[in-house]
Amino acid sequence: MAAQAESWSWFTALAVGVSLFKCLFINAYHSTDFEVHRNWLAITHSLPLSRWYHENSSEWTLDYPPLFAWLERGLAQAARHWDGDMLRLDNLNYASPATVLFQRLSVVCTDLLFIYAARECCRCIRVQKAPQVVLSRPSFVLAVLLLWNFGLLIVDHIHFQYNGFLFGFLLLSVARHLQSRHLQGALLFAVLLNLKHIFLYVAPAYGIFLLRSYCFTLDRPDGSIKWSSFAPLRLLALGSIVVSVFALSFGPFVAMGQLSQVVSRLFPFRRGLCHAYWAPNAWALYSGADKALAVLGVRLKLLQEAELPRAAMTGGLVQEVQHAVLPSVPPAATLLCTLLAVLPALVSIWRRRRGNRAFLRCLLLCALASCLFGWQVHEKAILLAVLPLSILAVESREDAGIFLVLSTTGHYSLFPLLFTPAEMIIKVCLMLMFTIYSFTALGNLHRSQGSLLCPMEVVYLLGLAAVAIACEFIFPLSPWRQKLPFLPLLATSLYCAVGVSYSFLRLYATLLRSNNKRKQL
Amino acid sequence: MQTWSLVSISVLLAVLVRWGVSLNSYSGAGKPPMFGDYEAQRHWQEVTYNLPLQQWYFNTSDNDLNYWGLDYPPLTAYHSWLCAYVANILNPDWVELHRSRGYESPAHKLFMRTTVLVTDVLIYIPAVVLYCLYLTDGSAKRRVSILLSILLYPGLILIDYGHFQYNGVSLGFALWGVLALGLGWNSLGSLAFSLALNYKQMELYHALPFFCFLLGKCIKAGLIGRGFVLLVKITATVLVTFGLCWLPFLPDNSQVLQVVRRIFPVARGLFEDKVANTWCSLNTLIKIRSILTSDSQLYLSLAFTLLAALPSSIRLLMKPTFWNFKLALVNSSLAFFLFSYQVHEKSILLAALPVCLLLNEFPLMCVWFLQASTFSMLPLFLKDGLLVPYTVTFLGFPFLTVYLLSALDDCSEDELKLGICGKLFPLIPKIHLACIMKWKFYISMALMAVLSVLSVVMDPPPHLPDLFPVLVSTTAFMHFLGVFLHFSIVQFMEPPRKKSRKKNN
Repeated sequence: MAAQAESWSWFTALAVGVSLFKCLFINAYHSTDFEVHRNWLAITHSLPLSRWYHENSSEWTLDYPPLFAWLERGLAQAARHWDGDMLRLDNLNYASPATVLFQRLSVVCTDLLFIYAARECCRCIRVQKAPQVVLSRPSFVLAVLLLWNFGLLIVDHIHFQYNGFLFGFLLLSVARHLQSRHLQGALLFAVLLNLKHIFLYVAPAYGIFLLRSYCFTLDRPDGSIKWSSFAPLRLLALGSIVVSVFALSFGPFVAMGQLSQVVSRLFPFRRGLCHAYWAPNAWALYSGADKALAVLGVRLKLLQEAELPRAAMTGGLVQEVQHAVLPSVPPAATLLCTLLAVLPALVSIWRRRRGNRAFLRCLLLCALASCLFGWQVHEKAILLAVLPLSILAVESREDAGIFLVLSTTGHYSLFPLLFTPAEMIIKVCLMLMFTIYSFTALGNLHRSQGSLLCPMEVVYLLGLAAVAIACEFIFPLSPWRQKLPFLPLLATSLYCAVGVSYSFLRLYATLLRSNNKRKQL
Repeated sequence: MQTWSLVSISVLLAVLVRWGVSLNSYSGAGKPPMFGDYEAQRHWQEVTYNLPLQQWYFNTSDNDLNYWGLDYPPLTAYHSWLCAYVANILNPDWVELHRSRGYESPAHKLFMRTTVLVTDVLIYIPAVVLYCLYLTDGSAKRRVSILLSILLYPGLILIDYGHFQYNGVSLGFALWGVLALGLGWNSLGSLAFSLALNYKQMELYHALPFFCFLLGKCIKAGLIGRGFVLLVKITATVLVTFGLCWLPFLPDNSQVLQVVRRIFPVARGLFEDKVANTWCSLNTLIKIRSILTSDSQLYLSLAFTLLAALPSSIRLLMKPTFWNFKLALVNSSLAFFLFSYQVHEKSILLAALPVCLLLNEFPLMCVWFLQASTFSMLPLFLKDGLLVPYTVTFLGFPFLTVYLLSALDDCSEDELKLGICGKLFPLIPKIHLACIMKWKFYISMALMAVLSVLSVVMDPPPHLPDLFPVLVSTTAFMHFLGVFLHFSIVQFMEPPRKKSRKKNN
């Protein structure tokens, strides 16, 4: 027992180390999200519940689900004793040193949940024989990959958001499912959905998996579903958990007759197809193709330049987009594409009882599909796939290869988030640190099974390095800087989109292939 | 994990922590008319870029020496000129004569911070990496742990990247000197150390051990034969290096004299502010400065310094081993810090560098000292608005080092290399010593933490406005004195694991 207790001291060291490290960036640049969250503190503190989703004196209206608003209200209770001025509704863009300190520390403190979740994930790793050296234990590698994740550090602690807290819920819920404690997992996920609704994208995986593997207790000999083994009590338990969480969160608003107002705040479909910067997804490739066709058309005299709609695609503002050549994409089409993309995965875990790992794989596919085909995807969404994939990466060699491609491209696509010169060194060094660590540690872990990447992937990643150097260092010095200011963003998202799509396909292949293997057995 | 990846991750982490600290405020930010060290460095850039070299150290209508006059040796001046050259390309306003006085802007801060990082990456960090890889015993993991601990020492980071100075340059050159001597490249070592001396005169704290080690080596090799050749080579290297550094000033004797007068400002008194050295701590009991004339103060401090520094240096001269050299560096720099004339609180960094080199052998003592040295500069950090980075690094460093180096596990008598204590106090069982040391460490950490909190939170009583700075400096002084005595005792005992040491040398 003593040996086991001692063997977790490294986790404490990593966790304390990263928490202190986060505190170093208290005075770094923060984006407008800082003001967004300050405004929410003010709204939830000084207004009654009925006004929360109506208040619009600031442009940053409350657009997260009610439980998150309650979290902000809880934080506001502490903020009152810190610097009461940040809770005044009319105090727009207020950022006194005390406010900055409070908000930054609130992110670091809520991250404790993420740390706990990471620890739980580390405990569910399957290993045959743990090596003596701490550094080459899979659980150690996983802890570093999660706790020191580049994306989470820069998005939460420099750019400013509470993703660590939210991903804490997600990872904890995944860990509970891996430990076969499904009801707890479902509860955590229901809470998560009421904290931030972007996690709706992975809800299909949860729904199908719980229905198939929890509510049906037995299979036919060939592995397909045995309808008679349906356990209604289990479904009832699940249903009551989910419904009660939703009732707790949305109930008051339903009672006040504000549900439609809340929903319209949560799903603002008036925004454009692509976010201010293009996320590396299928629509970036689509819009890129559109642009290329338009240019080609003008060159070949097939199109009149005057007839083309003004290219406002990367104007830096969130707005409607009109494609020049290809048909424009309505929100419904993106939803359809997303559903179609995840359908085979869902069918595959429905038709045959699969392990908890297959559920995780399905969740990852849902997350990646939403990044690739979703409406107005933010590049931060890639973290939804990178973090859970870390768990698979330390367990199998093939997933490790996918993880390296996906995390490197996904993290690089976050670079435009930090554009201030002072933070340049931070993002470059942190990215290098995380990348070097993930490559060497995962390579070391799966050393006996050959190299992790095939030559083509190596070439692609080297190309990424070349793109990075060109965009970050060479382009600002070149004469095109004035004429084509958005060229680096375009190149970055197009190049990264290829890598993300490739990882998506590879991950799909692993899910379906393991399906076939089962069949042959 | 391969060593190269661990080393590069450590270096990147060190750079990140440095840059994280540098996002904070600097000394004298927005405080006219005198500002602080940041403005001093900027002002030197302005002076060296715009004025001919002959005027750099002289009071002229264009160069007001009362406003941050240049008071470091020529290499600092050349470095300032180089920075100014780059600054002039980026934005001429930054170094414009007279009109740029007190210039502050985010872009300029970024530029200044970058110059510090560049020198660190070029000089200090490579020296630390090479030292840990080539001159430290133990497994690869152990060496990387030492590397990370040295690179994350908070005192240096907070002074260079928070307060704003270029200590990384002079300490880096000194470390290159130690490194070269450790590897047996005597001429290169003396070259590097001469450069360090020409960058900051405070490097004199390290000069005695360097001198004695090299001389001892020559004597050992035989002063008539090979030793003489070695001595000539070293002397020539030092002379040529100094000559080159001072070349532009040499033709005119008055120039040289003026530079020397600027570098050694005898008129500034025994001590300023609150320093954790003997004189300032004694001052709470006896007002030395009012009893003695300034001349006798000078002689008194000189006598005490020599008395404290000479034993270890003579020991080194007799036994010129690398082990003795490192200990003598600690003892000599601490002796200078504790007893010499006109000591700044930042000079403790000069003692911290050699202490870092002993982290492998005495983890507990070194961590303890390094922590106390950071703590001793607390009043300065608070004045500069560096509370947040101070708190983070002050908590992080002992945690990290105690975990990485398992410092608290080996504080038994044997590990502390205090055989003599066992002879003096045979009644204390061995286990008890370890236990006592551990508790002393905890209590001292708690004391420092409590004093830090009090200095931040409490207002001092009106009749004792300096209460907390005095408490801080006196506490730190006790620690320094204890460490000085400890390492002096250690040096005068035979190294317990002689065989392993000999292999090294």
